[in-house]
Amino acid sequence: MRDVAIVAFAQTRHTDHDTGLAEHELIHPVISEVKELTGLKRFGFTCSGSCDYLAGAPFSFVSALDALAAWPPISESHVEMDGAWALYEAWVRLQHGDIDSALVYGFGKSSLGDLRTIMTLQLDPYYLAPLGLDQLSYAALQAAAVGADRQELDEIVRRSRADGRSNPYALDLPEPDGDDFAVQPLRKTDVPPITDGAAAIVLATGDLAGRLHPNPAWIRGIAHRTEPHYLGLRELARSASAADAARAAGVTKGPVEVAELHAQFPHEEIILRQALELGGDTVINPSGGPLAANPVMAAGLVRIGEAARRIHDGTASRTVAHAASGPCLQQNLVTVLEA
Amino acid sequence: MPSDPLVAQHVLEFPGGYTRTTGPVIGRFLSELRARRIVGVRTAEGRVLVPPLEYDPATGEPVTGEYVEVGPAGTITTSAWVDEPLDSHPLDRPFAWALIRLDGADTDLLHAVEADNPKALAAGTRVWPVWRDRPTGHITDISCFAPEVTKIVSSVRAEYRLQVGGALRVFLEGVERGVLLGSRCEQCEKVYVPLRLACPECGNTLPDTLELPDTGTITTFAINNLPDPRAPEVPFVSAYILLDGADIPMIALIGDVPAHEVRQGMRVRAVWVPESERTASMANIRWFAPTGEPDVELA
Repeated sequence: MRDVAIVAFAQTRHTDHDTGLAEHELIHPVISEVKELTGLKRFGFTCSGSCDYLAGAPFSFVSALDALAAWPPISESHVEMDGAWALYEAWVRLQHGDIDSALVYGFGKSSLGDLRTIMTLQLDPYYLAPLGLDQLSYAALQAAAVGADRQELDEIVRRSRADGRSNPYALDLPEPDGDDFAVQPLRKTDVPPITDGAAAIVLATGDLAGRLHPNPAWIRGIAHRTEPHYLGLRELARSASAADAARAAGVTKGPVEVAELHAQFPHEEIILRQALELGGDTVINPSGGPLAANPVMAAGLVRIGEAARRIHDGTASRTVAHAASGPCLQQNLVTVLEA
Repeated sequence: MPSDPLVAQHVLEFPGGYTRTTGPVIGRFLSELRARRIVGVRTAEGRVLVPPLEYDPATGEPVTGEYVEVGPAGTITTSAWVDEPLDSHPLDRPFAWALIRLDGADTDLLHAVEADNPKALAAGTRVWPVWRDRPTGHITDISCFAPEVTKIVSSVRAEYRLQVGGALRVFLEGVERGVLLGSRCEQCEKVYVPLRLACPECGNTLPDTLELPDTGTITTFAINNLPDPRAPEVPFVSAYILLDGADIPMIALIGDVPAHEVRQGMRVRAVWVPESERTASMANIRWFAPTGEPDVELA
């Protein structure tokens, strides 16, 4: 394995509404920022994560390439998933040995349509999508399966929003109050905010990483696992795939100071803490997490960036980032970062 | 620069729908639905997957060709309650999503459940499918599931022909004339109303028929909150009324007064229907209404 590190991270100041910027306009500042941070103008590989259904246009990621300087031709790829999986692809590509840098980015504007029903389109077209099963409904089914203590859930939401308010990139959400239901047992305050945003990360190998950043965040473990798509085939109260990914990435091989979890609903944090075997001394989502800003298709990559930032600024020596995709935490990617 | 934001509506749609092939496994499930059967497929390890998949999610091995009819009833394992259905949802009124372990299956089917309230859908609740009128081979051939039948409402109705003779006939003929008839037992020194032929205490024949006034005193009463076809409205008050000169109270409705103002000792008088509408029936008295006299101290 080649040593690969995160040497730069940038994200937009996420918004809860459409500011009117086109996708490539949303991306351009964060790409420029990581280029400036690293001094790199060209990268050995470029990979992005996004979802065409958010924009309602096929191949929408292609027009986003306008933000990159894609001429002369670059080596480029795209995943129709969160940018965290683009980072995984870039990490694999760097393992080939012939290049030593990669640019990764993820972006999404969930303000354009009704995210709740757009996410129905990712369900299987035979058994689930025809029922019109929507995102809040399947999340509520999982919340019911977990059956968590209401006070514990409230505390997760309260803590996430408070942390988000002190994070200049996250949304400024008030103290949660009110007990209106979204879909029972989910409360309206349990639902992640509609968010537009983007993020970019630069990966570099070995010596180059050392030259680009005084404190590179080395990827010491990275793995992803998946479970059956159909909800009735899974034990919803647990995440076997997150646990498998965490084991494969070696989360428990050392103390975890900070864990950034792609938990869009408070019960997901409970499931993930258990799956990743995080102890009580691990600080969870100091950025506020997706409950404070949920730029769909970038939120997982932001988790990796936020976990790396703690190492870059010297406040932590070992952190974990988690990203999820699919209904009810179907797919999970776990990254272990070390100073 | 325009001062207002430039906004456009944009719709993504496949007119007429998007055609998909089902393959043999999912196709079998959907075809069975058309015949109102729910089937699972058996894995090499013997588990029954419902709805069927081409592979065993645990091992990735192809499933066997054996299809097993399951359900149609099942048990809820998890549910979520939707107060405000979306247009895309199967029901247009509050309902639940549920994972349902159909009888004979080893995995859960996800579907909508119709119920009055979320409390009716705890884990363990038994549910049955409600089929669409004309199944076409689609997951929505099952309109929804509904809780198992645990109670029914059966109607009871029998008709009788009653004939009035004896003392009651005499009493009702009095009522038709606007008079309440009672009878007095000389031995027990008690006046009974309605009129009767024999004294319930001593058994003596009661010869004395006497006319009683239509005024009296409420001895006790009840406020009724269930509708009754004979009562004017809900709530209504039924009361024991001791007619002046009688020793036994008579039951009747109280009217022309709010229910919460009725009290023991209250003086009342019968409200008769107009003479032209009178019949030999207690319906002649609409109800008893307060006279406004001071209350009586009851012994």
